[in-house]
Parts: sequence; C-alpha cells; structure tokens
Amino acid sequence: MCLSIPSKVVKIDKENNMATVDTMGVQRDASLDLMSEGDVKIGDYVLLHIGFIMNKIDEEDALLSLETYREIIEAMDEEDKQKAILEDDECQNRDA
Amino acid sequence: MSLELKNLYDDFRDAKTIKAYAKIINEDAKKLPKSINIMEVCGGHTHTIMKYGILQLLPKNVKFVHGPGCPVCIMPKERIDHAYVLAMQEDVILVTLGDMIKVPGSNGSLQDARSKGADVRFVYSPMDCLKIAQENPTKKVIFFAIGFETTTPMTAALLDVVIKKRINNIFFHINHVTVPEAMSALLADKDNKIDAFLGPSHVSVISGSKIYEEFPRDYNRPVVVAGFEPVDVMQSISMIVKQFVEGRSELEIEYKRAVNRDGNLKAQELIEKYFEKAQNFRWRGLGDIPKSGLKLRDKYNAYNAEVIYNNILPKEPIDDHKLCICGDILKGKASPPECSIFGTACKPTSPIGSCMVSSEGACAAYYKYGNLI
Repeated sequence: MCLSIPSKVVKIDKENNMATVDTMGVQRDASLDLMSEGDVKIGDYVLLHIGFIMNKIDEEDALLSLETYREIIEAMDEEDKQKAILEDDECQNRDA
Repeated sequence: MSLELKNLYDDFRDAKTIKAYAKIINEDAKKLPKSINIMEVCGGHTHTIMKYGILQLLPKNVKFVHGPGCPVCIMPKERIDHAYVLAMQEDVILVTLGDMIKVPGSNGSLQDARSKGADVRFVYSPMDCLKIAQENPTKKVIFFAIGFETTTPMTAALLDVVIKKRINNIFFHINHVTVPEAMSALLADKDNKIDAFLGPSHVSVISGSKIYEEFPRDYNRPVVVAGFEPVDVMQSISMIVKQFVEGRSELEIEYKRAVNRDGNLKAQELIEKYFEKAQNFRWRGLGDIPKSGLKLRDKYNAYNAEVIYNNILPKEPIDDHKLCICGDILKGKASPPECSIFGTACKPTSPIGSCMVSSEGACAAYYKYGNLI
C-alpha cells in the first residue's frame, strides 16, 4: 500500500503541473501537485506513489549509504580473509 | 561516482550487504543485556522482512512484532459495509484503490458488489476519478479513500482540483488513519512486548520523522525510520541493536535519502486545509483509538459522502471474530501460527481476521512465506 517506486524525471509539463518519469525503462506521468513550484527538475530522482511525486531522493545521502555498504563489505571480506589464513595456519595436515 | 536509477534498486537489495549487516547484528547482539522485540509498524516492512527471510538472519535475542500498519487490514467491517452500500446505489460509481478489492465486509467484498451489478472501479491513482467523473456526468463518483499519512495528501490534492475546477459529481468517503496514535495505543497496553520501533518509510516522507519524537522521549522506545529495501531494514535493525547495547533511546533516520525531520510541507498544508482529526477511529484488531482517524472539515460537507448518505449508512460497529487473535498479534503477545484458525478457517482467500486480509498483514505474510520459518 505505502510502497512507492524510485524514478527519474525525464520531462516536465508546467502548464498541467505534471512530470513524465522513467521507472527502469517504463515511462509514466505523475502529478506535481504535492511538490513546491520549481522544486523538481529534469534528471532528479523522485519517489512515485499512486500517481504523484511525493518527494525527491537526495542523491548525496543515497551515495553516502552506498559508500557505507562498500566499507562494511570490505571489512567483512578482510575479516573472512584473516580467518581463512588463521585456519590455514592451524591446519594440522598441511603436509599430508 | 554519480547515482544511477539501478543503484536505488539493486544496491539496496544486495545479498552481500545484507550478509554483512547480519554479521554485525549477530556480533552486537551478544552484548545485549536482554532480548529485544522490535515492532515494524508498517505492513510494507512486514512484507520485506518475510520476503527476504530477514528473521532467519537474526540472532535469537532480536525478535520482531508485526505492527498494524496495513490500512486495508485495519479497516473495520462496518466501513467496508459503507463502501458496499454506496456502491449498490443506482447512480453511484464507487472508486477506490486496488488493495480494497477482496476485503470482506458483512455482505461480501466490493468484488462481490460488482458481480451483483454495482459499478465499482479500482484505480491506480485518486486522480483517475477526474476522468471517470467527466465521462459519466449523470453519475455520482464516490472516492472511498484509504491509507495512512502516505496517501492522505493525494486525496486532499484530488479534492483541491474538484473544488478549483467546480466539478460537481465527485464525493469522498474518508478512511484515512494516522500512525503515531496507533503506536501510543499499543504502548498504552501494560502487557505490550514492544521494545523499539522500525519507523514507516513513506508515512515519514510525508509527515517527517518529527511525528515519532515522543516515543524515545516519553516512552523510552527507540525509533529508527527505515527504508523499504532489505538492506535498509538490516541497517535499521543494526542501528536499533546498537542503541540497546550502548544504552541509548533515540529517534534516528536510516532512510535519509528520502526522509528528514520536517517531511513534505506542501503535502502537510493540503492535509491541514481539508482534514481534521476525527473523534475516534475503530481499528479492526485493535478497537477504538481516539484521534487516530481523519475526516473532512465541516465546511467541505458538500463533498462528504458520509454526510450526504448518512441515512443509509450502517452505524453499528461489528465485532471481530471471537477466535481471531489479531489484537494479541499486533501487540506482540502472540504470533500468527499460535492462532487456532490460522491457515485452516482463516486463509488469504477467506480471511477472518485483519492480519490475513492483505499481503501486508502479519498472518498473510506468514501464510505466504511460512515455509521459510
């Protein structure tokens, strides 16, 4: 019910206060009635919900999250590598 | 790097990131003084948690209580009966969102009404009413409005257009409800088992995180506003666990790319212009919660189908089924499989209780993804 779809704005129709957005290749129209005038621009990422753009997605914050995820994956990979080396060191049957 | 649209989908569903967070949560949870119960308020989160098998990734001392945040599930039967009665009027076209199709009232669902000849239309957007009204000038189009704060501004935006364009054949039956009042009502039960909340995603986009400030402050319950993707949910769980480990109780936002403290002010203005708090809203499963529903302001009575059709709408509240334990499930006192009618008399195709009504309800999610548990 409350799900919405991240989309990219490709066209703005000022006269009717509508935008055309692209959702992974599918284009559709969305009302701008919930957004302040001039707030949404072509190229912006937005959330689309039941025919309305409900807000803009903050690119900087999204990228910051992705950066955090990269770091924790690297940390996990590093930890797994260390663990593998330790296990290897403890291996009794290395010469067997 | 610059952001691509596919980043917003793929990267927030990335299996490796989910695994990394599972590891962090499992490590941190070893330091928890006691086990914690997190309530995901919103049905969208329930769906994500079940679909991605998140419960199986968590340690035994981090558990979930599935909340009431499914607007279709909590709709009391008497209001579905309103929709049914309105739909059966000769000159009425009843319009609502697709989620409402199968929800059973005491005479049947809106789908049943349609099979008996009623003109019921399920639309993608409230704005679709404009076209239907234009094409059917001799009919009265009644929009049966449902949903939390997320969908309320869209109803207000439709009313705004109706008034500005002087459209005289669109009316509204309002069933909008609000999240914080329901959260307070759950905490008011002394036996509730809720230690922290996963805050809804898109309710918060509209209302801002400020609506949850009372919960850490007055109830000592941490709230983390979470996005709907599985990585969002895992990160938010990790943030909640860290709060307990560090002895904090705060409001935090994980879903920063879409939520800030103030929310969408334009949307809030529209809501404020057309709606006011109703005295009471009766939630299926939870009962009466004061000030938890919205109604149109009196000056818009000419658009209010509940006022216009007052004499034909049923007034008697209809009690929940005796065997249904949805109320206890929503408070964290019981889980769906503990219900005596779960999966037998009560199934998604023939729901008896609120939690089975939509795929966002706890029981329906357990039914669908139950083989994972």
